[in-house]
Amino acid sequence: MERRELLKLIAVSTGAAFVCADALAWDKPPQATALAKTGFSSDDLLLMNDVAETILPKTNTPGAKDAQVGQMMAIFVADCYTADQQQLFKQGLLELNKLTTQQYAKPFLLLDSAQKHACLSELDQQAKTQNSEAGLWGMESKKPNSRSPRDKSPLPHYFTLMKQLTLYSFFTSEVGATKVLRYVAIPGKYDGDLPYKKGDRAWATG
Amino acid sequence: MSDNNYDAIIVGSGISGGWAAKELAEKGLKVLMLERGRNIEHIKDYVNAHKEAWDYPHRDVATQEMKVLEPVLRRDYPLNESTFGMWASHQDSPYVEKKRFDWYRGYHVGGRSLLWGRQSYRWNVEDFEANAKEGIAVDWPIRYQDLASWYDYVEKFAGISGNRDGLDVLPDGIYQPPIPLNVVEKDIAARVKKAYKGSRHILNGRSANMTQPKPENNRVNCQYRNKCWLGCPFGGYFSTQSATLPVAMATGNLTVRPFSIVHRVLYDKDKKRATGVEIIDAENNQTYVFNSKIVFLNASALNSVSVLMNSATDVWEGGLGSSSNELGHNIMDHHFRVGAVATVEGFDDKYYFGRRPSGFYIPRYRNWGNDKRDYLRGFGYQGAASRSGWNRNIAELGIGADLKQAISEPGTWSIGASAFGEMLPDHSNRVYLSKTVKDKWGLAALEMDVEIKENELKMRKDMKDDLAEMFERVGLKNVYGYDGDYAPGMGIHEMGGARMGRDPKTSVLNAHNQVWDAPNVFVTDGACMTSSSCVNPSLTYMALTARAADFAVQELKRGNL
Repeated sequence: MERRELLKLIAVSTGAAFVCADALAWDKPPQATALAKTGFSSDDLLLMNDVAETILPKTNTPGAKDAQVGQMMAIFVADCYTADQQQLFKQGLLELNKLTTQQYAKPFLLLDSAQKHACLSELDQQAKTQNSEAGLWGMESKKPNSRSPRDKSPLPHYFTLMKQLTLYSFFTSEVGATKVLRYVAIPGKYDGDLPYKKGDRAWATG
Repeated sequence: MSDNNYDAIIVGSGISGGWAAKELAEKGLKVLMLERGRNIEHIKDYVNAHKEAWDYPHRDVATQEMKVLEPVLRRDYPLNESTFGMWASHQDSPYVEKKRFDWYRGYHVGGRSLLWGRQSYRWNVEDFEANAKEGIAVDWPIRYQDLASWYDYVEKFAGISGNRDGLDVLPDGIYQPPIPLNVVEKDIAARVKKAYKGSRHILNGRSANMTQPKPENNRVNCQYRNKCWLGCPFGGYFSTQSATLPVAMATGNLTVRPFSIVHRVLYDKDKKRATGVEIIDAENNQTYVFNSKIVFLNASALNSVSVLMNSATDVWEGGLGSSSNELGHNIMDHHFRVGAVATVEGFDDKYYFGRRPSGFYIPRYRNWGNDKRDYLRGFGYQGAASRSGWNRNIAELGIGADLKQAISEPGTWSIGASAFGEMLPDHSNRVYLSKTVKDKWGLAALEMDVEIKENELKMRKDMKDDLAEMFERVGLKNVYGYDGDYAPGMGIHEMGGARMGRDPKTSVLNAHNQVWDAPNVFVTDGACMTSSSCVNPSLTYMALTARAADFAVQELKRGNL
């Protein structure tokens, strides 16, 4: 008798778990693409981390770099973005450096932090205008996988993708959820009338 | 296998199958429970139960690769990393959509009892009488009173939290203390009560999440993690694993066989009785036969129908139960994804602690009492109020420290709810075995030909407009009614296909869930439903199953089966 059949008989006669070699339920999501295979160079990752840090800087709480947002952005782009989003995002990195070279005669990474902030603030404004002209709304707060493969609707400004990935990667990270927001793994109770004062941080998960 | 003989065989291990196993095993029958998928052991196999968003490779969102693999699951919330592998794969088990039908299935021990929404409401008196009064489909062969004591029985064991609200439209049950409403929900509930002079109610949801422990069943009360779909290591909600299976196993009378796809019920046409079932082992593709005195079909509505269609085809071309010409017909779901959202002013000094697995419920008020609409039946709403978080729309904010500071704090309060509407049984809404498409094991796939019709479409207008009006009337702002993308099946409340009735010519099952043509075959999952009410159905399957199991054992003792 095959071992597998024998195991099953044991399971049948005892009702005990019959554990097979196959992947168990709940435990077989596709693995993340290795960072080196995401199509981003280490220079790209530096740039992505720097963009993210400019959007969500370290203050009295940790910032994007502390949460390694750049690396997470690369994985989201590789695995959760559609081909046209990937292209737009990668083109955006090039555009960004082209822009700063024109304006400041330097790549983005070499700007000082005030320049970085000014540059991305302007891009953010441009993105909002362009998006609203295209009838796009709230794109930066969408999930990174919200576009489906055959979606032919207009894409937002490339900076909106950077912002979307920054926000999502940061606030779903352990650093973002527990050090910038609040998170309690096992609340144990529900209090629907908790006093709140301005400045108290939000829960990471509703 | 040396001994393939049992007193009872149960096909399926979800909510109703688990109940059948518990009841029959407790009453002393030797029971075999067959499950088409893998085993999942309570606690031990809840491998994601303690994971957080940052523990998943993609922070719990589906990849494009997953979307390609699962063209149906990706249509709604089931496709994500934390429950991937828990919803049945379209690759292994395809089905055919003559009309769009979103079918979300749980093929593993515990079935969808591990993945359900846990809202647990009793049907009301009217729900069982409406078909007869309105001349729709056929009359239910039972009334509320036939089920009332069984509702008591299953609620007590399952552990339902809720409030006794004293409303005919939503009969009270036996409850643990309710999961609380928050301060904003309570305030709006009071405003609604006043504005509608007590004719509309915002109530505590009634949920199979416990607020008190059940030490006798090794179950701890809900810990407000809101991670039910990962399996609850506390046993805080009702599932086969947390509740019915341990009790059934403890009798020593139950055997569970995973990877056992029931192909058909075996039928002795001379005795007009089932003799057992034939299965295909999902792993080695071998066929096995198990014999029993009675068979309970609890494979989930459409799969129980499919098993019947494959059974006794030498006697009836359309399968066991098809002599009525109703097998596979009258498929229902609850139509939903329509409702409204609004913002709530004030309460800036209020927040909440803990993540509830349930919210508020607004019971049906349409076509109730003196209310008359240009459609039949009604709907209820399920919703919650909360403060917005970091992912709120931040159009007015730029980038940098100010943005970070602003979205690190909670935003304004908002409230939203979705309606769940009753779907009328209609003979033309049907499923049948495909002649061309087969699953991985060579069994005919189901073909779905189901749609919502005029009555539902009319109702949907109210489902959207009513709530928007209600929110406006009590002074909420930015009120927005929506009607999202709904296709039958999305409610994951599949019902019908083998309805109960009073006449073998027009129904598949009798008043005790026995197949008219094979009285030792019982169908007590969603397939048996003669109409759909607008409340979540699982509690009613539990009550029907316990009732049918009790009857089955009595009939066995009387020698009638």
